Amino acid sequence: MQNEPLVTFNGVIKKFGGFVAVQKLDLEIHKGEFLAIMGSSGCGKTTTLRMLAGLDAPTEGEIRLSGKPINDLPTWQRDTPMVWQSLALFPFLNVIENVEFALKMRGVGAKERRSRAENWLERMQISEFATRNIAQLSGGQRQRVALARSLVVEPEILLLDEPLSALDANLKVRMQSVLQGLQQELGITFVYVTHSQSEAFSMADRVVIMSKGVVEQVGTAQEIYRAPKTRFVAEFLGSSNIFSGKCDGNGNLETAVGKLHLPKAGTTQRKGQSATIVILDTRAHLSVTQPKGDVDFVRANVIGEEFTGATATIYLEAEDGSELRVQKDHETLAALPINVGQSLYVSWQPNETHLIPDV
Amino acid sequence: MNNFNRSKFVEFGLRFYILLSFGFVFAPIAASFVFSFNSDRFPSIPLGSFSTEWYQAVATDPLVWDGLRNTLFVGFIVSVVSTILGFGAAYTDFRYRFFGKSVYMALALLPPTIPVVIMGLAMLAYLSRINLSGQSISVIISHIVICSPFAMAITRLRLSQMDPDLEAAAWNLGASEWAAMRYVIVPFALPAIFGALFITMAVSFDEFAISWFVSGLNETLPVKVLGFLQGQVSPRINAIGTFVFVTSMTLVIIAQILLTRQMRDTNIVAKD
Repeated sequence: MQNEPLVTFNGVIKKFGGFVAVQKLDLEIHKGEFLAIMGSSGCGKTTTLRMLAGLDAPTEGEIRLSGKPINDLPTWQRDTPMVWQSLALFPFLNVIENVEFALKMRGVGAKERRSRAENWLERMQISEFATRNIAQLSGGQRQRVALARSLVVEPEILLLDEPLSALDANLKVRMQSVLQGLQQELGITFVYVTHSQSEAFSMADRVVIMSKGVVEQVGTAQEIYRAPKTRFVAEFLGSSNIFSGKCDGNGNLETAVGKLHLPKAGTTQRKGQSATIVILDTRAHLSVTQPKGDVDFVRANVIGEEFTGATATIYLEAEDGSELRVQKDHETLAALPINVGQSLYVSWQPNETHLIPDV
Repeated sequence: MNNFNRSKFVEFGLRFYILLSFGFVFAPIAASFVFSFNSDRFPSIPLGSFSTEWYQAVATDPLVWDGLRNTLFVGFIVSVVSTILGFGAAYTDFRYRFFGKSVYMALALLPPTIPVVIMGLAMLAYLSRINLSGQSISVIISHIVICSPFAMAITRLRLSQMDPDLEAAAWNLGASEWAAMRYVIVPFALPAIFGALFITMAVSFDEFAISWFVSGLNETLPVKVLGFLQGQVSPRINAIGTFVFVTSMTLVIIAQILLTRQMRDTNIVAKD
């Protein structure tokens, strides 16, 4: 991956009336990377994408594409094709006419248009549907038409707005590998907006997590998963046990569930400073008796169990109401009395926790 | 549909009711149709022999041809102009949000709700003031006023079925606003545009009251018919009536076919 920025957002703000959709966004998108922008609905991810495509104009700030400011460039003069959530295929055109559309708008001659479009249909393995109507295609086939239609102009960047959300789970995974393969093969930049953690983490080189118009964290899937930067990110990922409290100055954190050890790297925290520690559900253990040794533990009642294939996730509730999760394989769990209401100890090694200092 | 649980009696009653309704609506027209082929001078039972003499009489009457020519001329221009205007208004509604839009839409839909006599009088008063009364152009202007809302309603319905991302997708693929209009919006709305052309032509073709006020010497066919009726009761009226009915029904049916087909196409897409 090269580190040359293809797109730069410089202090970009977008307001719709009184509502601030994107607050002061500074972001660089590198050449040839697969970047996912993730967040729940209304977090500003789609607005960010639409500003890049030129469908919404930033209220403040500057967007650069290949070093040139594009704020005032109308969308039809930018080469930023987008794959829409609704796909937005033209229902009155057949498959190949849909794919040819962008070339036609660029004044490419009829013959060249046809051959370039045919080339892309072949590449997307939909040649046999060239003269079909859009209404006669399945969801997956439409997806491929939408991709071919955007890629036929051979852009440097492709924008994708939750393109897989309408597909069923199997097809989703297959299209994910199609997308990933395409991106690697073409070597162009993909900006992929999604609310799905699994889509973002499995495909993207870097993930941007947004909330309420603010970027919470940018990093690789591993970085974000291992070391969430904010409590929001940790909660959003949903696989962590999260405890907030105040440092006592002796390497401990006073929380609602008791005094917990801060990880060694974090023992320099000042007394009274508030902080959050995060324990991944895969790093926590369960026991019936109080664990011994240099571990931290919380007593909690089982509230439910979720089957997740080779493992299961046990949901527990501590006395103060905070929720805990422990992920274990079935063998380990078979040795434990997992019944709703059963009181168990959730424990972990203090140096396996991750510290989020409050700003 | 599953009729398994419906009582036979109710079923029969409902069917009979439908027949009765259609009979009520179409009996006068059917009577006119039957008598137009009747050789007798007065519409009475029993019927005389089958005859096309009234059609021949009508066909050889230069006044009727005058009226027909006027009607067609007016109808053609009216349908084209009001479809363009209606499309513009519908597109404005589809594309833009602005202050006072609901008022704008209400005003645009208003003309057909005004009683035609009042509309005709107002048109006459206004057009004569600007020296445009008593000509074909007066009928054209008046008819455009009442036909445009129909064209708008039809086009608007079609545009409301359009994925709003479609136009933006066209821009995104390099189409300027005009190109998107030409290659995306118009093709999408095409069935509705044709439907609007036929419906507005049918409305103009049938419209009597306003034409009567403003047409002067350039009478359209319906106005001519009234002229005949006032002069003498002749089965020629039946012949003309049948002709007018068949013509406007044809236009309306063509429009219906176009509009149902577009609904069906859209439903296939929407279903998935």
